[in-house]
Amino acid sequence: MMKTLAQAALLSPSTVTGIRESDLKPKLLEMGLYTGKTVTVLFKAPFGDPIAVDVDGYVLSMRLNEAALVLIEATDPA
Amino acid sequence: MRKLALFGNPNTGKSSLFNRLTGLKQRVGNFPGVTVDKQMGELKTGGETIQIIDFPGTYSIYPRSKDEQVVYDVISNPAHPDYPEAAIVVADASNLERNLLLFTQIYDRNIPTVLVLNMTDVAARNGLIIDFDKLQQHFPETTIVRSNARIGTGLNELIAAIHTPKKATENPQADTLIALEDTARQSADTEKRFERIRKIVKDSVQQKSKSPGQLFSAKIDRWLVHPVFGYLFFFALLLLIFQSVFTFASYPMDLIDSGFAQFSEFTANSLPEGLFTRLLTEGIIPGIGGVVIFIPQIALLFFLLAILEETGYMARVVFIMDKLMRPFGLNGKSVVPLISSAACAIPGVMATRTIHSRSERLTTILVAPLMSCSARLPVYALLIGLVIPDRRIFGFFNLQGLVLFGLYALGLVSALLVAMIIKQFFKKSKERSVFLLELPAYKAPRWANVGLEVLQKVRIFVTDAGKIIVAISIVLWALASFGPGNNMDEAAAKVPKPSVESPEAADEYNNRVASAKLENSYMGLLGKGIEPVIRPLGYDWKIGISLLTSFAAREVFVGSLATIYSVHQDDEITEPLIDRLREERYPDGRPVYTLASGCSLLVFYAFAMQCMATLAIVKRETKSWKWPLIQLGYMAVLAYLGAFITFQILS
Repeated sequence: MMKTLAQAALLSPSTVTGIRESDLKPKLLEMGLYTGKTVTVLFKAPFGDPIAVDVDGYVLSMRLNEAALVLIEATDPA
Repeated sequence: MRKLALFGNPNTGKSSLFNRLTGLKQRVGNFPGVTVDKQMGELKTGGETIQIIDFPGTYSIYPRSKDEQVVYDVISNPAHPDYPEAAIVVADASNLERNLLLFTQIYDRNIPTVLVLNMTDVAARNGLIIDFDKLQQHFPETTIVRSNARIGTGLNELIAAIHTPKKATENPQADTLIALEDTARQSADTEKRFERIRKIVKDSVQQKSKSPGQLFSAKIDRWLVHPVFGYLFFFALLLLIFQSVFTFASYPMDLIDSGFAQFSEFTANSLPEGLFTRLLTEGIIPGIGGVVIFIPQIALLFFLLAILEETGYMARVVFIMDKLMRPFGLNGKSVVPLISSAACAIPGVMATRTIHSRSERLTTILVAPLMSCSARLPVYALLIGLVIPDRRIFGFFNLQGLVLFGLYALGLVSALLVAMIIKQFFKKSKERSVFLLELPAYKAPRWANVGLEVLQKVRIFVTDAGKIIVAISIVLWALASFGPGNNMDEAAAKVPKPSVESPEAADEYNNRVASAKLENSYMGLLGKGIEPVIRPLGYDWKIGISLLTSFAAREVFVGSLATIYSVHQDDEITEPLIDRLREERYPDGRPVYTLASGCSLLVFYAFAMQCMATLAIVKRETKSWKWPLIQLGYMAVLAYLGAFITFQILS
């Protein structure tokens, strides 16, 4: 089971490994969520949705259903 | 005149730059065939006038919504009337990578470009060192200008660059435009572009330290999106907004009201009597007054909203309200327009402009007038005083107060329910629902931008909606002032002359003449004509006339009843009118104003779109008569059914 950005823990950096095929794919890519990008969930809205994600220096807010299209893996603490 | 286009990501200071370039020489127009406003401005420089079009802020030339599509339409079609001779692309220097995506898309189209690196101060504070010469080497055919809107640098360099844009030469990357529907190729193209951009950024930007600006925003956000404090803060803010539109605006509005009344009286006294004078003093001047009266509310609301937008807080409002509003097909940003509509729907409808999803914006516009606005209060106050007993229940709740509260709740609940129903209709439309939104770093507002925003909103209302409002007021005035044949004069002549000479008797006589005239006007005939239709709601023709005249604005209902019953009406004191209405009987002796008919009227006014100004502004904002007419229709049906059910249950 691939992990997605919707399941990422708060404040722990992860790396984007791909975007699931969907209508939204080009829009997610345009926001800079390409393979290899480091992302960190910064905080969540009061009901857990949407979430605010640090995308390499800027803060992107996205709904959980959008975050669920972003595949991630934990960043090696290198 | 040369045409230039301004493109850029949202939150890059693009509109600030537009304001600095064009100042007060801005106007709003239309793109052919689309509903988004076209912001145009003129820049006079070196004896030349250049037209600049400020396009909607987008992350890409490929649209995420219908409104953004105008960027693609123009860029992809050199025959488009708004196709620019050169493009100014504004980029946030503190986030060069993402901003360069849009820039390269335009650069590769062989449109001469000027790249404005804005917010260089933020970039520096965030520890970014940008090597502009290196960047220039990667984009030889563009002119790069560094700018900082806050301290006003870079403007002269930009204007110089506009004067002599570099010619776009044939370019190896040229023309990679992809069809709108081909999302797969768009994805592939975007990935390829970022590969190229990543190398460019790596080559020309150095990151020295972690950004303190962002840490500051993150600290504030810990409080402002907090489950408790976040909402508390937001609701306090809503209260302030509501107070401003509801209470603070009422002082200048009262001044405008009495000012126009005096001006009208003065004109009537100084011009010779006649049809033209009456048209002027009873039709046109009050009609214009009916437009000007809304300016304080619009100005105050947009002053506050512009500050919320400028500081970056509005993005947080969407963030914390999205989940709550989604089930209703509304946007997180719908909250502010709806709350403003509880004071007045006109600024409320105008405030939906910031909602980017077309269906969510339309839904908000369609339900906004259901919120109980301040114009309903005089009607509610009269009717509640008339039919709801003044007594306490459970010892401390005042029944009249409870009913008033209930009417406000009815407005809110019906707005949300209708939104849910509208959502079902919009489901069929193909528009993708994209939320993805940048949370910009907090910053102090630029007051010039706030001022221009207020000015522009007032101007749009006065010029675009104002025409319609004045036209409808003149029609309503004509209907109430003229009647078939000599009926009106004959009816007026039948009123017995006062037998004693006293100011009271003269007043009484004048009131009865006005009443007789209104009854025999076209409006009076219409009111009588609709009696069979409104009888099931518990209304007679006198109420019918007042319903028709109050299409201008709800509060007219009170004055209209006063005219019909020839009661001297004072703005503040409604007791004489209430006493008179209590005595009103049908020919068979039943009272006209009972609990049933009174509550039926309350429900009618809670639902009905009795406001020509709202109609006019909805036409302006949706750019077609379709939506205001749909709105008028559904609200009329709701009002009729609601009033019918209320009357039948209570009688």
